[in-house]
Amino acid sequence: MRTAVTTLEERDNPYALSHLDALESEGVHIFREVAGEFERPVILFSGGKDSIVMLHLALKAFAPAPVPFTLLHVDTGHNFPEVLEYRDRVVAQHGLRLHVAEVQEFIDRGELRERPDGTRNPLQTVPLLKAIETNRFDAVFGGGRRDEEKARAKERVFSLRDEFGGWDPRRQRPELWQLYNGRHAPGEHVRVFPLSNWTELDVWQYIAREKIELPAIYYAHEREVFSRSGMWLAPGEWGGPGDDERVELRKVRYRTVGDMSCTGAVDSDADSIEKVIAEIAASRLTERGATRADDKLSEAAMEDRKREGYF
Amino acid sequence: MTTSFSGQGPVDAAADAALAATSLLRFATAGSVDDGKSTLVGRLLHDSKSVLADQLEAVESASRNRGQDTPDLALLTDGLRAEREQGITIDVAYRYFATPRRRFILADTPGHVQYTRNMVTGASTAELAVVLVDARNGVVEQTRRHAAVAALLRVPHVVLAVNKMDLVDYDEDVFARIAEEFTRYAASLGVPEITAIPISALVGDNVVTASAHMDWYGGPTVLEHLETVAVGDDPSDDPARFPVQYVIRPQSAERPDYRGYAGQIASGLLRVGQRVTVQPSGRSSTIEGLDVLGQSVDVAWAPQSVTVLLADDLDISRGDMIVPSDATVTPSQDLTATVCHLHDTPLTPGARVLLKHTTRTVKAIVKEIPSRLTLDDLSQHPEPGRLVANDIGRVVLRTSEPLPVDAYADSRRTGSFVLIDPADGSTLTAGMAGHAFADAVRETAEAEAGRAPDDDGWDF
Repeated sequence: MRTAVTTLEERDNPYALSHLDALESEGVHIFREVAGEFERPVILFSGGKDSIVMLHLALKAFAPAPVPFTLLHVDTGHNFPEVLEYRDRVVAQHGLRLHVAEVQEFIDRGELRERPDGTRNPLQTVPLLKAIETNRFDAVFGGGRRDEEKARAKERVFSLRDEFGGWDPRRQRPELWQLYNGRHAPGEHVRVFPLSNWTELDVWQYIAREKIELPAIYYAHEREVFSRSGMWLAPGEWGGPGDDERVELRKVRYRTVGDMSCTGAVDSDADSIEKVIAEIAASRLTERGATRADDKLSEAAMEDRKREGYF
Repeated sequence: MTTSFSGQGPVDAAADAALAATSLLRFATAGSVDDGKSTLVGRLLHDSKSVLADQLEAVESASRNRGQDTPDLALLTDGLRAEREQGITIDVAYRYFATPRRRFILADTPGHVQYTRNMVTGASTAELAVVLVDARNGVVEQTRRHAAVAALLRVPHVVLAVNKMDLVDYDEDVFARIAEEFTRYAASLGVPEITAIPISALVGDNVVTASAHMDWYGGPTVLEHLETVAVGDDPSDDPARFPVQYVIRPQSAERPDYRGYAGQIASGLLRVGQRVTVQPSGRSSTIEGLDVLGQSVDVAWAPQSVTVLLADDLDISRGDMIVPSDATVTPSQDLTATVCHLHDTPLTPGARVLLKHTTRTVKAIVKEIPSRLTLDDLSQHPEPGRLVANDIGRVVLRTSEPLPVDAYADSRRTGSFVLIDPADGSTLTAGMAGHAFADAVRETAEAEAGRAPDDDGWDF
């Protein structure tokens, strides 16, 4: 039985794979390589759409056996409650193990300090690296995609991090064919990006095809938001709205889901997956450009954070 | 998340139609900055509406901060601080764009001489390479080098983009002369398909939209060609190769005896009922079941990730390769290959390395480096003593265990390997087993070198 979907031009090659089948096959291959070569891998899982797709690929890669990895979530303390609820439900449903590294605990212990702008996204790096060190994780799966940001366009699928978790773009290993090199010294670890070659649209089309459930905030809904630096932010204890900021009720959805302090909503009527796909296909803004404040801090914001150990 | 991760594929007709229209093409570009490669890439991204408003705005703002009047489109592709500061591209970057007909993954590789390794890296996964030339200069050394890398890496399709046609008055004869010279050269290297397109990346002629200046040209634009070129080999032509990546054993009450061999089919087709042999042990069994990510099938093919169930309980682990019993490959500890050295530490005879071939990593020793190749004129230099970064040469290796290595000419996947430094894990060298170029060029090169073909398989 042939399951491949082909274009008109390729009717003469019944074995050509659709782009989603090709990306899925590649992603599964990456998961199995890590399972075969590493001792203590972990999947970064936030309840965001990329990590949800990542987990879905891992479930497929090892079925009918369980996923042979634990999950790790770095919780800034400012996450959306419905996303945390989703996270815990999925973990229970698949019998997975979840580590949670809390930014709040580091702040309480005085190991991290709140930033003047209130955003906690950059503060995730320290708890992440601490969790990697404590648990001796040697491979850390991230949902990062090279289409997200120009520094990420340079990222390898298997990306070596030094003992400080740092990324040095000039000392990356060339990656040829599908021969991934996971060698690392004790103390070093490898970040692995199985969705490297996916775009935002691929992720959504795959979610539609596989009928994957997402947290409801990805679909348009009435929500209280206020405007700051051109973005619709959700009010909360994290530090908004300010005195001169006014909360209003708008129909919005989220294109990315990170921390409430840095993730903006977009005005939208897309309340179904078909409408979301149509909206993204027509959008003139990138996902991060539309909704992420942390990337706007400087021209090389992402590169700088990655150098320090961010994912 | 639902539990329906059974790979059933599109469920309703509308989603099916929306998703069915696209296949995936991986391609690479080659050409120096002066040839207009950044402009071509920028033009493809921009005219296919893949550059979004906020990205353009960021480029405009960064250009203004540098005191430039017009947006510098190179800033779209130069992602790293050092690149922006120095105005150079230091590494391969991957770009993504789409049209309604196809998705594209572009390996954007710097064209400078010293970055041969980057073009090799980009070309290793590419099904098509775009080689740029400046119409005013024609085929130069750099062009021959790019053609040679594409041929060496066995990239199935090559596009010659003759750029800056606006600067030669859109002259058909200029284009025809360059196209003919290049085609003759690339064909002699064994490049199976060459398409020449006259363009102006700056003006936009024949990149995404057909040129109004070149009535004499009746072929496709660059984008049309990228959208319609045939993707993927016909796997039914190739012997099946299935490197075992991971053994799935649920060890649960419901499936106490389940033992599935998981991996990505490297070439060919696997069928239920097929007689197969496991290498290197040589033991045989029959395929009892095939599973494509949750869906049971009768036949599966490269590059699908699958799980194979065998009728007999053999001892099989990661690194073994399952092949049809009537199309085996003889495992060997001696390996001759063409390599591209990638690392700043040179490769020398006597070096002890690790060799990763498919899913198997073994110890290996570099026995000899018989020759180094100059890509400009394909001349060979016997006994170079060592290979430095970006060098291409012949290497003879001895491995600690027998490996079932195919000729790279027969399988890019099972004929390729990398060498790894056992001390620090660096990726040192990319290798391609067997002859470097097609037979035609071996004879040409050997005739030009004024000597008879060797017996021991030198083939530059």
